[in-house]
Amino acid sequence: MNLVGSLFGSSIGRKILMAVTGVILIGFVVGHLVGNLQVFQHPDKLNGYAQFLHNLGPLLWVARIGLIVAVLVHIWAATALTLENNRARGSAYGVKHTIRATLASRAMRWTGLVVLVFLLYHLAHFTFGGVQAATFKASLAPHTMTADYSVAGFPVIKAGATVPDVHAMVVLGFQNTAVALFYIIAVGLLSLHLLHGIESLFQSLGLRSEKWSVLLRRAAAVFCLLYFLGNLAIPGAVLAGKLPPPAKAASAQR
Amino acid sequence: MVASANSTQSISITLRVWRQAGPKAPGKFVDYQSANLNPNMSFLEMLDVVNDELTLKGEEPIAFAHDCREGICGTCSCTINGKPHGPGKGVATCQVYMRAFRDGDVITVEPFRAEAFPIIKDLVVDRSAFDRIQQAGGFITARAGSAPEANALPVPKPDADLAMDAATCIGCGACVAACKNASAMLFVAAKVGHLGLLPQGQAERDKRVLAMVSTMDAEGFGNCTNQYECSAACPKLISHDFIARMNRDYLGATVRAAFKPESMASGGGA
Ligand code: HEM
Ligand code: SF4
Ligand code: FES
Repeated sequence: MNLVGSLFGSSIGRKILMAVTGVILIGFVVGHLVGNLQVFQHPDKLNGYAQFLHNLGPLLWVARIGLIVAVLVHIWAATALTLENNRARGSAYGVKHTIRATLASRAMRWTGLVVLVFLLYHLAHFTFGGVQAATFKASLAPHTMTADYSVAGFPVIKAGATVPDVHAMVVLGFQNTAVALFYIIAVGLLSLHLLHGIESLFQSLGLRSEKWSVLLRRAAAVFCLLYFLGNLAIPGAVLAGKLPPPAKAASAQR
Repeated sequence: MVASANSTQSISITLRVWRQAGPKAPGKFVDYQSANLNPNMSFLEMLDVVNDELTLKGEEPIAFAHDCREGICGTCSCTINGKPHGPGKGVATCQVYMRAFRDGDVITVEPFRAEAFPIIKDLVVDRSAFDRIQQAGGFITARAGSAPEANALPVPKPDADLAMDAATCIGCGACVAACKNASAMLFVAAKVGHLGLLPQGQAERDKRVLAMVSTMDAEGFGNCTNQYECSAACPKLISHDFIARMNRDYLGATVRAAFKPESMASGGGA
């Protein structure tokens, strides 16, 4: 078998693809969270950041296509392997017994599926405006930058520029309690997915061993907890009334 | 190791056994009562006693596989109360004693369940898929003849120890039976790791891992989800570290196979 055939056609090859695409997606979700946490600063921050990303133009599309391919390969490998796994058992055991497989590891398919549904809703919500259209950035009054937004010391978005009000969109979007709770549950399940996923990917890539397995497990747990808390903070703060909608956005909505 | 008490109090149990007349026949659980069992008899001796009673009654005895009865051959494939090789850690079914159970227990015994291990009869499964994986590369092609001088090829002690850990695999199939996906990764990883750690195994190292994994896949075993049920059920407690090692070996071998130059010579030089 050639390289591509081995990676896409064999059991271990597919696990390696799953692990590598998992790493790419983890990189994305972490970067995404760090960017989003700017919502707790002046609206200039999140709005400037969003405009900066949009200004990347073709580069943004390279990243988007890379992520789409990663998601597709990840889900394809998960589905192909799962179908084989179900077939491989043959007849079911009369007594079902688990010695030590963790809850997170046994729920991978379900947590993954909820994350997929969430991902689609999330894109419809904040990227395309297909749902909650009234508070979509295109329907809100634009934001006028009060200060420069700088990346690595370069002022990429100048003071006085008018940009879409992403900050208001996020805050208004989470005014809907059901949506905010759905986000919280979904990122909770994603954290659970990553709790097994992070440990698992080191094993799939042949980098885990007994010598540091306890450290790896703890590090994965700490990472997932921090990731969950960071994500909880945004809809949580809106629900708790700590992130009020900006007055002008609220009036524009009326 | 399984002994939880040194009791001599005899016990009575209900044995719920999977009975299946042949590979294609439908199977079902059948209950048998067994009274006055010496707690220090082995699990297989208990099955012998139950079979004697069945034979006396003119019924078909329960077919179960066994050979050495001392944990070294890997023949005794039984799933006891959902766990391959039953209660206890690091033991095979033949090393389980009745003192591991309590008076009045219902003990469910079924075969190892995997599509790649078809049931022959009752508790006996066909594990020849393991043989075919072995034949694909689980050996070292070597000059036959007298044994070479022992120190001709130095093997560092840590490597020898690790290779020995893997070499304790008795090919019982409990890893497959315990895995949620009926994956054979622990068995194959033990074989690949054992030979891959020794200097004698280097020449065929890449070829071995590629061939054994591809045979494993073709035999219809499932895929590892890194839940480590295998190593917990393994009577030799073989570590799933060997699975990580095999994953790494496989990736390396795949990349090398794609880029390694091959000889263009068509003749054999003769
Ligand atoms: C979109 C829907 C998704 C589905 C259906 C899905 C499904 C799965 C499944 C079935 C596994 C295999 C579990 C195992 O082998 O134990 C897995 C592993 C993994 N997933 Fe996902 N997943 C999804 C999204 C994600 C996302 C968004 C991320 C990252 C942020 C991610 C990261 C991982 C990682 C790191 C692994 C471990 C790979 C390995 O086993 O080596 N997954 N996923
Ligand atoms: S790895 Fe352990 S459980 Fe699997 S076949 Fe070898 S001895 Fe049996
Ligand atoms: S009968 Fe040989 S290992 Fe159990």
